[in-house]
Amino acid sequence: MTPKSGIRFSDKVMRTQNAMSDMPVSPRAYLQSLSRWRPIEIIFWLATLLPFWLFPNYLSLASQIAVAALFALSLDLILGYAGVVSLGHAAFFGVGAYTAGLFTKFVWGEVFTGLIAAAIMAALVGYASSFIIARFRHLTLIMITLGLGLILHEVANSASWLTGGSDGLQGVSVWKVAGLFRFDLYGTTAYGYALGVLFVMFLMARRLVNSPFGLALRGIRENFVRMPAIGADSRAHIRKIYTISAAMAGIAGAVIAQTTQTVSLETLSFERSADVLVMLVFGGAGRLYGGIVGAAIFLVARDQFSGIAPQYWYFWIGILLVVVVMFLPNGILGGLSKITARWSRK
Amino acid sequence: MSDLSAPVKTTIALQTRGLSKAFGSLVVARDIALNLPVGARYALIGPNGAGKTTLINLMTGMLTPNQGQIFLGGADITALPPQARVKRGLARTFQINTLFAGLNALEAVTLAVCERRGIADHFWQNIAVHKEAIEEAYEILVKLRLGDACYQPTRELPYGRQRLLEIALALATKPKVLLLDEPAAGVPQEESGDIFEVVASLSNDLTLLFIEHDMHVVFRFATHIIVLVSGSVFAEGSPAEIAADTGVQEVYLGARKHG
Repeated sequence: MTPKSGIRFSDKVMRTQNAMSDMPVSPRAYLQSLSRWRPIEIIFWLATLLPFWLFPNYLSLASQIAVAALFALSLDLILGYAGVVSLGHAAFFGVGAYTAGLFTKFVWGEVFTGLIAAAIMAALVGYASSFIIARFRHLTLIMITLGLGLILHEVANSASWLTGGSDGLQGVSVWKVAGLFRFDLYGTTAYGYALGVLFVMFLMARRLVNSPFGLALRGIRENFVRMPAIGADSRAHIRKIYTISAAMAGIAGAVIAQTTQTVSLETLSFERSADVLVMLVFGGAGRLYGGIVGAAIFLVARDQFSGIAPQYWYFWIGILLVVVVMFLPNGILGGLSKITARWSRK
Repeated sequence: MSDLSAPVKTTIALQTRGLSKAFGSLVVARDIALNLPVGARYALIGPNGAGKTTLINLMTGMLTPNQGQIFLGGADITALPPQARVKRGLARTFQINTLFAGLNALEAVTLAVCERRGIADHFWQNIAVHKEAIEEAYEILVKLRLGDACYQPTRELPYGRQRLLEIALALATKPKVLLLDEPAAGVPQEESGDIFEVVASLSNDLTLLFIEHDMHVVFRFATHIIVLVSGSVFAEGSPAEIAADTGVQEVYLGARKHG
């Protein structure tokens, strides 16, 4: 019993020699500190208000970014946290968009009830498909999600009596937001609305990833085999997060339908599924902000590059994608956090 | 050969009856009947390929037997999936570290505690709300001498401490029966005793079955020994009985210096 070996240490030491100087003493305080708001986050969200003053001519683009960011956030919940890869996530985006569009057309134009209707419908489709999703992993899963996305796209395409088919759903006229703000040509209301929805959804996602459930999702991502051995029903967890993610993607789709006052088949397209995955990989999966940053980079890049040569702009996205995954496997935010960690250690 | 004759009245924690498993023509478990009384410390020994890990996989539901049944505390658990067996008190560790590399020890054990308490699907609460779960996890870590390293990511822990975290994760499920698959595998011999000291210090209510190759360790910590050869129980008994068994000496111990 001599304390000679590498596995024998004092039990009473509660502090660790971590780079962080404000390391809390109790385990509970430590876990609490992980979900504390950092100054950089507050600055980030304040900065999202800048376009109102700095880029008043780009507010339509800004609202598209907010929608794409919300969509990427929904993908992050399944991919970044639970490790569930999807190449068909536009299915839920599109279901949400069409639900909100049809709701506006046939029920009424109030936007928040439209969001709720879209969330419920997308959640139902997500829940139904989650029973298949939860049983597979890796390449099989990618193919299944891709297939489900294609199926929904063609269903919407063929049901043109309801969806307008390839012409898109017309006649979606929404009311003023909260009876006050009309969706204007400049996109001021659109951006404010999309940003508000994004922020509320972000708060919910943030709570979720810092919850016991969020920990379980990270457990699934880190070691799928160990989970049953600690008594976890991983499939039940995956069904739940897939449903939540689908609802969130549906809300993103609803916002695009409401702010553009039309729904096109593109909302269900494979391209949209692929783009959102690229955005998340750009920004960095599994860190909530990755999808938001990635969406901004992707859409600003598209805006700028398509000004140069509209039909070739994916060329630049391709280069960007290859460079990012080669040199920043955890995305731009992953790279940044590595740099700041190295910097603060000195 | 084995002393299973009289119906054992002392409470049996884990029982197998006629457990058999084959992969094609390769039989990895042959008619295995075992009774592990509450609080016993069983060592499962046998040559490489004898089917020791397979037996643990069958007991925990990671493999499905072709025949036979498994009873935990008298209840038939043969049809239950692994996680349901864990919930009923049958836990295991892995010979090769099967940990959550990106989580730290506190997060990993807290997760296991949350799963046991049925709060792991609470997505609307901050984890810090669950004070008791976190404190319970920390107590387990302290007990396993991991208290001071609990904020370090698992992948950065020294190997020996990762072996202890294997056990900590299993203990967080509050098992009645704990199956340890070579708990000191890969640990230098002079340190393996430390891990077994921890194992020996576990509650007496806990029924233990461990796989181990080091005969010094086996004879020191086991109250019973099961010798598995080619998927069958070759011998079972107290350490003294096994040591005196000439058949065992020939088949297994004979190959080593303990004959």
